[in-house]
Amino acid sequence: MSATDRRKVINKIVLATSTLFAVIGIFFLFWILFVLLKNGFEALNLSIFFNDGAPPLSVEELEILNKSREGLELSEFEQEELSWIEISGLRHAIIGQLMLAFGATLVGVPIGILAGTYVREYGADSKFANLIRDLSDVMMSAPSIVIGTFVYAIVVSPTGGFSGYAGIVALAIMMLPIILRTTDDMLGLVSNTLREAAIALGAPKYKMIMQVVYRGAKVGILTGILLAVARIAGETAPLLFTSFNTNFFETNLTEPIASLTVTMFNYATSPYEDWQQLGWAAALILAGFVLGLNIVGRVLLSMKHISTKKIFKKRKR
Amino acid sequence: MSSYALKERVFHHLTKFFAFLVLFFLVAIFVVLLVKAYPAIEAFGFDFLTDEKWAPNLGIFGGFPAIYGSFISTLIAMLLAVPVAIGIAIFLSEVAPSRLKSPMGVSIELLAAIPSVVYGMWGLFYFAPLMRDLVGGNGLGLFTAGFILSLMILPFIAAITRDSLNTTPQILKESAYALGATKWDVIKDVMIPYAKAGIIGSVILALGRAFGETMAVTFVMGNVHNVPDSIFQAATSIPATLANEFNEADTELYYSSLFFLALILFIISFAIISLAKFHFLKRRKKVSDRKHKWHKLVKQWRRK
Repeated sequence: MSATDRRKVINKIVLATSTLFAVIGIFFLFWILFVLLKNGFEALNLSIFFNDGAPPLSVEELEILNKSREGLELSEFEQEELSWIEISGLRHAIIGQLMLAFGATLVGVPIGILAGTYVREYGADSKFANLIRDLSDVMMSAPSIVIGTFVYAIVVSPTGGFSGYAGIVALAIMMLPIILRTTDDMLGLVSNTLREAAIALGAPKYKMIMQVVYRGAKVGILTGILLAVARIAGETAPLLFTSFNTNFFETNLTEPIASLTVTMFNYATSPYEDWQQLGWAAALILAGFVLGLNIVGRVLLSMKHISTKKIFKKRKR
Repeated sequence: MSSYALKERVFHHLTKFFAFLVLFFLVAIFVVLLVKAYPAIEAFGFDFLTDEKWAPNLGIFGGFPAIYGSFISTLIAMLLAVPVAIGIAIFLSEVAPSRLKSPMGVSIELLAAIPSVVYGMWGLFYFAPLMRDLVGGNGLGLFTAGFILSLMILPFIAAITRDSLNTTPQILKESAYALGATKWDVIKDVMIPYAKAGIIGSVILALGRAFGETMAVTFVMGNVHNVPDSIFQAATSIPATLANEFNEADTELYYSSLFFLALILFIISFAIISLAKFHFLKRRKKVSDRKHKWHKLVKQWRRK
């Protein structure tokens, strides 16, 4: 076999191997996706959105419930039993999750945007600004459970108990570096001529930033916020010992609050079948929410690219 | 005018204060963990790192099983994920037909966004029973955890590696093809050397993620505090220990030992992530410099 032939054969082998690896990897990832969709949709029904957590059902109760859902005829005894059954749902977890995510957004977004503004508009290439950029990158990848233990130490133990506020603090700390970096990047895309025009008109710098730069970077910053919310919405570890969990509908943030992620963890590791099913339903709702935000963010970002491309074309002409 | 000057100063210092918060939080996390861990540090010292016994009821705490579990499960995850992820990246950037490239690339990136707790649940209900049938035992343990970790970081490494491979200038690839190189020659001698820093950086970043990952692992670790004889036996890791025991800790020393573990996790992750970010992924200056150089070279070459 000549050297050329050998190289050709090696080429074929390696490319086939890489295709095989791709197929294996994608097979497992789609298996997970398939399992999530199948179990999630099987467990999903309207009562999930209206009921709160309830004690797990016994085997007989579960049988009766499944019978009635399949539309089979029930005996009188079973019908009476059915009226007694308290079906658990996820309303408390969905509302709790929304409150936590919304609270964290309310705290984390303004702080993150202002910090990002400093890094880009005032700090620019100074040592301090670059240090903050690097530290944000590190903080973004720091293990989330460590942030949970940190918030436990500074909020939960001094205030004497788990609370929704502690969960919000933990999520907001996780959001800060993400928002900071995207704001920094997005403000960098705003062209300097706009800044110079505003300054030339005599605008003070804060006015220039708020009325010109922010407007130019509006879509980009919004995308950053969406992606950051998507990121923290899927976090379980920082909530385990901050907002903790509860089986009841709770809107008081000084009390422990349920979240989809922690509920999912507790239900999935429980030995009761109906709770495990609820865990899958929670997983589907959560994944749908996170993926939805990601897709919206991507669409916004691609639209943004198109618009900047158009501007470039115009300028060239 | 002076009210503008005042507002300007307020705005400037407000933004500076918030930017400073990042530094503050990182230092605060370290200090708070250190203070909270101090009783355990005082009681056990550095023996905590090598001590195998974890007996809360006796007040004896050794962190070695958890640290060992973290390292081994991460190692298994990296060994499984890196070749497959690089295979996927090569497939996406060079082998796949162009119609498939973009939808497959996007779906891989979206998979990277799925919450890790979902991966953990799949592991508990589908992969652990499979392992139980294949190797016996209860199916939980280091290998199961490592496998699920590898699936979790797979899309992440694949996406960044593909992006790095795609930054190779077309002209370099074409020159190699013109010299009679096969596709694999181009990948191994042109694209991978060009994208090396990005690939290594993404791999180390994924390593940092896997090391600190909690939810994908906690479901399937088994949470047993001993150093297992084989990777198919139940074990524990630092994040899994924290997630399982933090709410159960009843003595100060117990809490403090858990904080000590959290501190160790924080320091190791910090080191790994810093290495990846500052050594390999230094995009701001180096990458643009290098691109600049290439463009200059290409321009010169074209003129000739």
